[in-house]
Amino acid sequence: MLTFAIFLPIVAAAVFALLPRRLRSQVEVGPPQEDPWASRLRLIASVIGVVPLVVLLGAWARFDGDGGFELVESSEWIPTLGVGYRVGVDGLSLPLALMTAVLFAVAIAYPVDLRGRPGPYYALMLFLEGVSVGLFLSLDLFLFFVFWDVSLVGMYFLIGVWGHGDARRSALKFFVYTFAGSLALLLAILGLYLATEPRTFDMAEIIRQQPLPAGGVYATLVFLGFLIGFGVKTPIVPFHTWLPPAHVDAPGPASAVLAGVLLKMGTYGFVRILMSMQPETFARFAFPIGVLAVVSIVYGSLVAMAQTNLKRLIAYTSVNHMGYVMLGLAAAGASIAGQDDAQALALTGATLEMVAHGLITGALFLVSGSILARGETYEMEAYGGLAARAPALTGITVVAAFASLGLPGLAGFVAEFQVFAGTLAVYPWLAGVGLLGIVITAALFLRMLQQVFLGPLPERWTGWPDLGWIERLTLGALIALIIAIGVAPALLLDMIDSFAGPFVGR
Amino acid sequence: MEDNTPSATMDMGAMVGDVIPELVLVIGGVIVLLYALAAPRRLQGGAAILALLTVAVATATTIPMLDGQETYTFAETYARDLVAIWAKLIVLVATAAVIALSLPWFRTDPRSGEYYTLLLFSALGAVLLAGATDLKQFIASMLLSSATGFVLVAYHRASRASAEAGIKYYLLGALTSASMLIGVAYLFGLAGSTTLSGLRTGLATSSGPGLAVAVALVVVAVAFKLGAVPAHAWMPDVAEGAPAPVAAFVTSLPKVGAFVFLARMVLVLPADGVGWRPLLAIIAAATMTLGNLAALWQDDVRRLLGWSSVSQTGYGLLAVVAVGRSDLAVPSLLYFLLAYVLANVAAFGVVVQLRGRTDRLAYSGLARARPILAATLTITLLSFIGVPPLAGFAAKLSLFAAAIEAGYSWLAVVGAVNTVVSIAYYARVIAPMYFDDLPGPVPVLSRTAGLAAVATGTAVVLAGIGAEPFFRAFDGIQLLPR
Repeated sequence: MLTFAIFLPIVAAAVFALLPRRLRSQVEVGPPQEDPWASRLRLIASVIGVVPLVVLLGAWARFDGDGGFELVESSEWIPTLGVGYRVGVDGLSLPLALMTAVLFAVAIAYPVDLRGRPGPYYALMLFLEGVSVGLFLSLDLFLFFVFWDVSLVGMYFLIGVWGHGDARRSALKFFVYTFAGSLALLLAILGLYLATEPRTFDMAEIIRQQPLPAGGVYATLVFLGFLIGFGVKTPIVPFHTWLPPAHVDAPGPASAVLAGVLLKMGTYGFVRILMSMQPETFARFAFPIGVLAVVSIVYGSLVAMAQTNLKRLIAYTSVNHMGYVMLGLAAAGASIAGQDDAQALALTGATLEMVAHGLITGALFLVSGSILARGETYEMEAYGGLAARAPALTGITVVAAFASLGLPGLAGFVAEFQVFAGTLAVYPWLAGVGLLGIVITAALFLRMLQQVFLGPLPERWTGWPDLGWIERLTLGALIALIIAIGVAPALLLDMIDSFAGPFVGR
Repeated sequence: MEDNTPSATMDMGAMVGDVIPELVLVIGGVIVLLYALAAPRRLQGGAAILALLTVAVATATTIPMLDGQETYTFAETYARDLVAIWAKLIVLVATAAVIALSLPWFRTDPRSGEYYTLLLFSALGAVLLAGATDLKQFIASMLLSSATGFVLVAYHRASRASAEAGIKYYLLGALTSASMLIGVAYLFGLAGSTTLSGLRTGLATSSGPGLAVAVALVVVAVAFKLGAVPAHAWMPDVAEGAPAPVAAFVTSLPKVGAFVFLARMVLVLPADGVGWRPLLAIIAAATMTLGNLAALWQDDVRRLLGWSSVSQTGYGLLAVVAVGRSDLAVPSLLYFLLAYVLANVAAFGVVVQLRGRTDRLAYSGLARARPILAATLTITLLSFIGVPPLAGFAAKLSLFAAAIEAGYSWLAVVGAVNTVVSIAYYARVIAPMYFDDLPGPVPVLSRTAGLAAVATGTAVVLAGIGAEPFFRAFDGIQLLPR
């Protein structure tokens, strides 16, 4: 069943890529509405894009939450090397896979400038959906790495072909940086693999074996490999420099996916691999990681504050928000006796923050894509007073921005509250400094809202069209989820707790 | 006496039975030559068909050997072991693809018939090299591979580039041949034997500068075949100047034999007497680094592929460094050769199908005009980088694992850093194909060449996803008689 959720979009992507040229792309580049096939392809892709979500909701219905991996599907792949095709869910991967499926369903349906190539665009989006869902579901390091690397390649083409500005350069920078990270990851995986006995890439088996006890150069090097690999992707300062150009120059839905899903692969890897397979080593380095997290929080928000470019601003708030996640993870992984409850709280909060950030930032990037499509610039000073012309756009942006800055009743608040409540018990000073980030973020979002939506409406925007129905529907769904998680987080928290409790109590 | 005679003839028969694929190549090569002499110009293409048939028969006689007894035949001078058989299969399959690429390429050449004889003999050289367990055998197969290679590279005798590439290839080859002969003579003098098993016992106690010099001289000669530092310089010129199908052949197939022989040879060297592991590790690091750095600024796709071929040799050397210390070393080497040869032939195959176009920017917009060719080229380049699930990924994974296990983690790190560097130039080819618009029509060569390129490109994907049969077959594989 899970396999179906992974491979249906991938197979569909292959079909889309192999469509006859007449259907796949227009001969002349022009506005999409001239091409009837573009909208038909979008409809088909959107329907296929929803299927993984439905399958995963079914998986949620069957999910028990008794602590281990559930709904496991496995078969041999390269048994000589200990590689298997193994997928399954637990309280950590299921929420992230669900969030991934939601965000992709929305991003695929979202209107975008197709540059006359609808076939390849939807092929890539569907491919990325399958790959991303697969990454969160895989229970084999080899399989995990396959999805990890392939997602980079897909995103490279997505940015390069459909991006704007200096897209090619940004795409290359993204590819080189994250691929460098992934090679560090590969070496670390190999280091871990070579220490297992019998050799295997099976995650559950490695977690059981705990092949690398803390201490020694070898274990530390493996740890560093993982830290760099996941740290680049997350990104933690100082590995973040690839992020702003990639986010800014990518098309709106791709930025949403990049920020919403691909960044989570890094933090997910921290929990699923590093903290599970080298917990003692992680505990030794928990404090420095916490410090880096706080630096990311404060630095990310300060730099975001200085931005005049809307999308760049949102991109830097991602650095800031991923800092919250890392802070929670550092607190959860620290070896502090007697703080199990607080650590579980931090871990739950960090996981929820991954989900919340995916939804919220996804919505914000989609909105910025819509603004670009109408105003052709991301410079905030070019706008003003849009609230009067575009109530739907304004409403959605306001909710998303407030969720991002952590307003109670919205998803971001629940997550950030738990992260900080948990961290306070473990690293009170770090939590205290980190709170600064929330203040700064609040200021910068309010300033952004003020500049773009309030004040006098410039003459040139008097004909500004509000959001179309597809945009309203898709963004509305995200906003509804953001509010739902904020008001009734229990459903999601129960699922996450089934993982976090046993994890910390181990 | 009367009892001995039949058994002696039986032995001879059995020994001949061990080299049937090789004999098929020889006889097929001669038949092709006779055909080329007799056939009129318009029927010269028939030579390609005969050559393909020869390769098919050779393959058909090789495959049953996979289940047969492993032996070291002809007084332990020639191996009929699994390593040699797999190397043979890789060479034969790639040769078939190269023949399919050559047929349309040389159609207008009035002398195309003899070309296939040379191609078959060159493939034979690579095959013999992979089976050599004796230094004399090594010399003979090296020379067979080189001598045919020189002619093949210069086959477009009217083309300056082709002639230039041929001369460079020849000069470097002649130089390294000299070093090979001196090195082999030195080893023979030290060990009193030329077979590898004789070397093992003869060299067991020797050490010191004499042995190191001898080994270094032989390694330099092998490095020429591999395109490794310090004898790599011919690679980009040949890739650029040689007829494109020949470039596909010469930049990859001889490596199969050379890698296997190198792995066999280092295994018989005394463990402590000579620091061959550090030596090869340094060569590996230098080769991949130089290849990648030189490729960075290439605007000529064929030259770029040539430099990339140099860097790939560097990765492959990781396995040789790990030979004897990691069980993964030989499997990773064989799998790497498979992945590399397929991808390299497919990449040059696309160049052939595009009528040998060289300028990077001439590939602009190819994704729109020829999506399948663009995808094939992209797949091969991504496989060179090592992107899963392509064959190059499993190859790199196992190479790195072998190096780490052998205590050469730093070399694996160098390999990883180099891989990152390599993205930059591979992307310089991929990006225009997908991100730029089409400047004009894209003429292609023929359906045969396109099919050969796409088929080998597909094989890169399939061998990557279906890596298990290969790794199972390579598991526990031995390089020398126990």
